Amino acid sequence: MTSQPDPHATGRARGPMPFLPPPPLFLLKPLLARIVRKVAAQNPGMFARLGPHAHEHFLIDPVDMPFMLHLRPDPDALDFRAVGRRGAPPPHVARISGTFLNLFTLMDAEQDGDALFFSRDLIVTGDTEAVVCLRNALDDVDEPIAHTVAALFGPPGRLALEALRRAADTARRRTEEAHP
Amino acid sequence: MTATLPVKPELVCPAGTPAALRTAVDAGAENVYCGYQNATNARNFAGLNFTPDEMAQGIRYAHDRGAKVLITLNTFPPAGRVDLWTEMADLSARLGADACIVADIAVADHIRRRHPQMRIHLSVQAAASSPEAIAWYVREFDVKRVVLPRIMTVSEIKGLVDEIPCEVETFIFGNHGLMVEGRCSLTAYVTGQSTNMDGACSPAACVAYDQQEDGRLATRLGGVMIDRFAPHETAGYPTICKGRYLSEARDGGYYAFEEPVSLNAATMLPELIRAGVHAFKIEGRQRSRAYVRKVVAAFREAVDTVMAGDEPKLADLVALTEGQKHTEGALKSKTWR
Repeated sequence: MTSQPDPHATGRARGPMPFLPPPPLFLLKPLLARIVRKVAAQNPGMFARLGPHAHEHFLIDPVDMPFMLHLRPDPDALDFRAVGRRGAPPPHVARISGTFLNLFTLMDAEQDGDALFFSRDLIVTGDTEAVVCLRNALDDVDEPIAHTVAALFGPPGRLALEALRRAADTARRRTEEAHP
Repeated sequence: MTATLPVKPELVCPAGTPAALRTAVDAGAENVYCGYQNATNARNFAGLNFTPDEMAQGIRYAHDRGAKVLITLNTFPPAGRVDLWTEMADLSARLGADACIVADIAVADHIRRRHPQMRIHLSVQAAASSPEAIAWYVREFDVKRVVLPRIMTVSEIKGLVDEIPCEVETFIFGNHGLMVEGRCSLTAYVTGQSTNMDGACSPAACVAYDQQEDGRLATRLGGVMIDRFAPHETAGYPTICKGRYLSEARDGGYYAFEEPVSLNAATMLPELIRAGVHAFKIEGRQRSRAYVRKVVAAFREAVDTVMAGDEPKLADLVALTEGQKHTEGALKSKTWR
């Protein structure tokens, strides 16, 4: 439990899995584009939950990674890309910040966003309604997004998913031990 | 303990999305309650709830697995707008819903006259807590179940069960409102939108969070600051009733109405079952399917264990509670706060 997501608090400054370096931005670009196209194709109904906010720009900030994620969940102009931390972030209506593993557990449908907000492990600023719509749209997909992403990469993807789950579980237990 | 146990209570579980409905059914809910994307339900939040097609699919999914779907028509139609509520009641009957959860007597009257086969459950929003009031609803509208306000002790509930001619449902987990349900105007006072008629308590469009430089989190509703959480302090929902206010009579901010805390009656399940409660309600249609899965599974196991005559092993649900604090509320004592 922290005042704001603090990557240094539980030794996570080097990312979710310290034994693996974060991927460089140029590798992330095609990867993220593929992921967002797949999720959109599998869940065309999710955009209705976004209502007027489908055209908005969101900034998703995994605070312990060297990049942020820019998302425009517009079915006619999908955009999901990594942006560096140098300079001003791209224009956005709302920013969602948390550790990579906490954001991962939301996408794995293993964690509740309100609970992370209560514990101050998730920070939301900007247009609250846009964020609520995005949260509800992502929570209503048939298959949790983390599963969809893992399936894109076959057996290595599933291994990575399991490794991230173990890392998230370890981080959760450490936090509970630190704040019983 | 097992020899005198009454019928096994049903779990009544929340669903704000079709995925949450499926999750609740798969986790062991006997009943799932959900609403349409309009003011007829008291969780009329952005991006939440069901289209008619989604409701039809959800009902099929639940029925195929032996579960029931209860549709929330639990707000009060303003004068001249009752048509929306009656249309949703008609739609629910066409879709084969198992019951409508109703607060307003005009809506109840419409269902009773037009859809006599439809069960009516009296919403907590109707705030009926006396045997006389509940008996009137049963007599006039053939109400089959009453959802009791969260202001009654277990012994009061037991006394009520013995006196009224319908089933009783009590909340066991989730949001804990101190006020008499259905009569709270705090959100309307600040935002102009009514919890009871528009279905939105603290609508997200009126909520703003400000993460301040010193690590504090300021929460505003309709531009009015209602709380400011210290850097290491757990947070609550942005509702007026859970706000912390300054007063000349107190040092520092204090919770004038209610603290950020959730109801958790897990430890009281055996007493509630012995009291003859027919159904246990879990609050949280605005929550994620992760919440639905964890809470429903925990109470499924707990109820089954109690019914088997054993002590329930209660999962630790505190991480999911508002402010990460929970209470047995008025179920245990009128002086709980």
